[in-house]
Parts: sequence; structure tokens; C-alpha cells
Amino acid sequence: MGARLTRHLQNALGALGHLSRQPLASALTVAVIGIALALPASLQVLVQSGQKFAVNWRDIRDFSVYLKPGAALEAARDLARTLDERQDIASIRVVSADDALEEFREDPAFGEVLTVLKSNPLPHTLVVRPTDDALPAELARLKGELTARPEVDLVQLDIQWLSRLAAILDFMRRAVWIAAVLLVGGVIVIVGNTIRLDIQNRRQEIEVSKLLGASDAFVRRPFLYTGLWYGLIGGVVALIVLGAGLLVLSEPLERLLRLYGSEFPGFGLSALTAALVIGGGLMAGWAGAWTAVARHLSSIQPRL
Amino acid sequence: MIRLDKVTKLYQGGREALREVSLDINPGELIFITGRSGAGKSTILKLIALVERPTRGQLLVDGRNVGRLPAKEIPTYRRQVGMVFQDHKLLEDRSAFDNVALPLIIAGMTRREVDRRVRAALDQVGLLGKERQPPRTLSAGEQQRVGIARAVVARPRLLIADEPTGNLDADLSLEIMRLFKRFNDVGVTMLIATHDLALASRINGRHVTLHEGEVRGDEENIVLRPGAMRASA
Repeated sequence: MGARLTRHLQNALGALGHLSRQPLASALTVAVIGIALALPASLQVLVQSGQKFAVNWRDIRDFSVYLKPGAALEAARDLARTLDERQDIASIRVVSADDALEEFREDPAFGEVLTVLKSNPLPHTLVVRPTDDALPAELARLKGELTARPEVDLVQLDIQWLSRLAAILDFMRRAVWIAAVLLVGGVIVIVGNTIRLDIQNRRQEIEVSKLLGASDAFVRRPFLYTGLWYGLIGGVVALIVLGAGLLVLSEPLERLLRLYGSEFPGFGLSALTAALVIGGGLMAGWAGAWTAVARHLSSIQPRL
Repeated sequence: MIRLDKVTKLYQGGREALREVSLDINPGELIFITGRSGAGKSTILKLIALVERPTRGQLLVDGRNVGRLPAKEIPTYRRQVGMVFQDHKLLEDRSAFDNVALPLIIAGMTRREVDRRVRAALDQVGLLGKERQPPRTLSAGEQQRVGIARAVVARPRLLIADEPTGNLDADLSLEIMRLFKRFNDVGVTMLIATHDLALASRINGRHVTLHEGEVRGDEENIVLRPGAMRASA
């Protein structure tokens, strides 16, 4: 077990040494892999930021349930208790008609107008905040259920806006997958071709090794480690490219959002995204190397 | 140890390289396979190295027909056979030490064992002190000695050499043959294919002569005249 581990370690370090002996070619390959991996990763970060951004705009997701004029405050509280048990509701605030009137009175624009009113025309209201993961379709269903209740007069919920946002995010999520599949496929081809050239360049070494009793696994191993190194270093390059890009973009975007009175949640390269980039790089590197090795190594037979 | 039993080898295109060749190779023997170009010398070595398979007949090693050995078992078999080539087949981007170490690394030996054995092998061929040099900085004779050190370092049961002196002048050829004889004297079975009859006839050993794929002669060569090659020569 120890000897096998040592052999793998030697192969891994040997493959790294092999890459370092041809720095320019290795750097170019790694750069191409890095850029290819950075592209879907940046789209993924954009989607994640979009989700965070949407969550940040909770006020827009909040909706109001107006009770019928004359409905008792206790009816509003009963309804609040019923809704509070639902999984898709994060919080509910009961605003009584008196409190609502008081809020209006504090506003100088309405203060004088309200003095002429003989009675309070405002209904009791529930301000409902859905959970962050509540889907527009679920909220639309909830709106329907609430509207059907006899004590409810009006439910004000901008489903259309939420649907649009959800559609955009869904579209982007799929775009991320397509880009990821295409570009990881590209990385596999790049690594495969690089390893193919490497196999051709090391043909004599392979022939001699086979003559001296090297197994297929022995011959294959350095090339697989080379593929893994390409993937790993390419993944790190992708993260650096991504980090640098986000750093450049975050300041102007923050300024833009502030102009719209919104707070920038930050791009935040999550650990999961970083792990996906590195993992994707490793898998693509290994797959590319394996493809090349499986295809080209068997064609090299030793000669005397 | 090794028996070729009515072995025939046909190459693509129908060329018959060997025709019903039978040959017994006993442990500790030094056998020269001689003959003209195209006689089938290299084909016998290729068959024993399992680079080629017999078309007909049996190739038995310790009673097992290795001519039908599954591909996955070939590497293990080859580790028991040391090989020396006319063109040395040394890896140019590696030092003499690393070239000699290759069979031991393939066999999965520890670094310490590799180090010890490689130094011993290089010492046997007189190249200790040049172990860090790449092959291109060594003379043709030294390169062949590196090749021989690589062939014997894993202590194979059999050593095969295909025209090992083909690229060397007379003096260097003699030097290489002395080395082979020395290894044979300590028990390594040897099979050397050569067209150099003059050189082979100066060495005690068994001479198998091939002609157009058939065995035409098989006799012990005992050199009686003064200066005949001995292990200590």
C-alpha cells in the first residue's frame, strides 16, 4: 500500500516536473483551460448574485392583504395565525386600521386631508413576506386562496414581476449548464489533444518501457497525472480570472445600484462555485487524458 | 528453460521468417544465433520477447506455452527477460543512472533498492562515476554498456541481445562480448543474435546457425587457441 502510494506520488510529481520542463506550452494550455472554465463559472456567479439581489429586494416580494371594510381586527389576527403556519410564509405583520391611519397622519402630504374625515376609511391589513425560495406559482396560488376568503377584500401581489425575475434566473441557470457542458467538453478536447502530442513525443520512452515490462497502467499513469495537473492548475487560473473580473465589476455595479436606492449584495464567489470549478477542471483534465491514452497508447507497440 | 517446438512465423504479406524451428535453451547457456540478414535471428528474439507471436508451433518457457500468453500477463513475463539492442534504445532526456533504473522502477522497487542496484550494475559495466551523464555525452561503447547495465539490473533469468555490437568497432565489440561473457559466467542465460561470425567464433558457447528461417547448425564452440575469451579476460 505504502509503495503504491509512493509510486503514485512519484508519478504525480514527475508529471508536474514534465510540465515545468516545457513552461511556455504548459502555460498556454493552462491559460486556455482557465479561460474556458472561468466562463461558465462567471455565469454561475452572476446567477447566484441575481438570486441574492432578488432576495435583497424583499420589499418587492412582500404583499398586502386588505380585509373588507368593517371586518374585525380579531379576524385579521386569526387570518395571520392561519397563514403563519404555512411553509412558504416567512413573516406576517398585522397593520390595524388605526395604525395605518396614524401612519398617514404622520405623513405631511396627507395630514391635513385626513382631518376632514369623520371616520377611518382604511381596512385592517396583513403585510405578508414569503420565504426566499417561494416560487411565483406558489405565491399566485396563495393569492387565489386568500382572495377567495370572505373576510379578504383585495390581495396586492406583483406576481408578474416575480415571474419575470424567476424566468430570467431560470434562463440563466440553463445557460450556465449549457456553457458549462460545452466548455468542459472543450477542455476535455484541449487536454486530450495536448496529451496526444505528448504521447507522440514520448513514443520511444513508451516503447522502451513496454519492452522492459511496464504494464499499461504504468505507462498510462504519468499521462493521467499530467491531465489532472492541467485541470487543477487550469481551475486555479479560472478562479483567479474570475476573482479579478468580479473585483473590477463590483465597484461600478455598486455605484449603479445605489443610484436606484438598492444595496449591492456583493458577488461573493462561494466555496461551492470554487469547488465546482476546481472539481470540473480535475474531471475534465482526467477525462481528456484518459481519452487520449485509451485511443493512442494501445497503438504503440514495442519493436526490437 | 525455453523450448521452441516447430515454430513457424509468417509476417504480413506471407513472408516466412521461421520455418518449423525447434530449439532448446538451457539455464546458464550462452547461445549465439548467427546467420545472414533475413535468416530469422531477430525473429527468434522477438518471439522470446513476445514482441511477436508464433504463427504455428509452441514457445514453451518452463513448460508453459507463452506464445499464447494473455496480453495482460506479458509485462510480468518481460520483466524476467533482459534485452540489449543494437541502437541501445536509451532515453536521451535521462541520465545513465535513470536509464538503468527504469526496469527497477517498473518493478516497483524502493528508491533505496533502486539506488543500490543501479550503482552495482553501473559498477559492473565500468561506468560508475558517469551515472549523471546523459547518453549523448557518452561514447558508443559506453552507451551500449549503459544498455547492458539496464538489461541486467533487475537480475533477469534470460538476457537477449539483438546485434549488440552492430554499431561498434572491433575493439569495442570485443569489450562488449567480454561483458556478456562475464555475466554468463555468473549464471545468466544469454541469447545473442549476431551476423559477426568472426567475433562469435572467438567465444566459448553454443552456436546456432540459421539460414532462410531454418536451423542449419547447432554446435558447441570451444576455443582452444591462446587468447580465447574467458570471463577473466
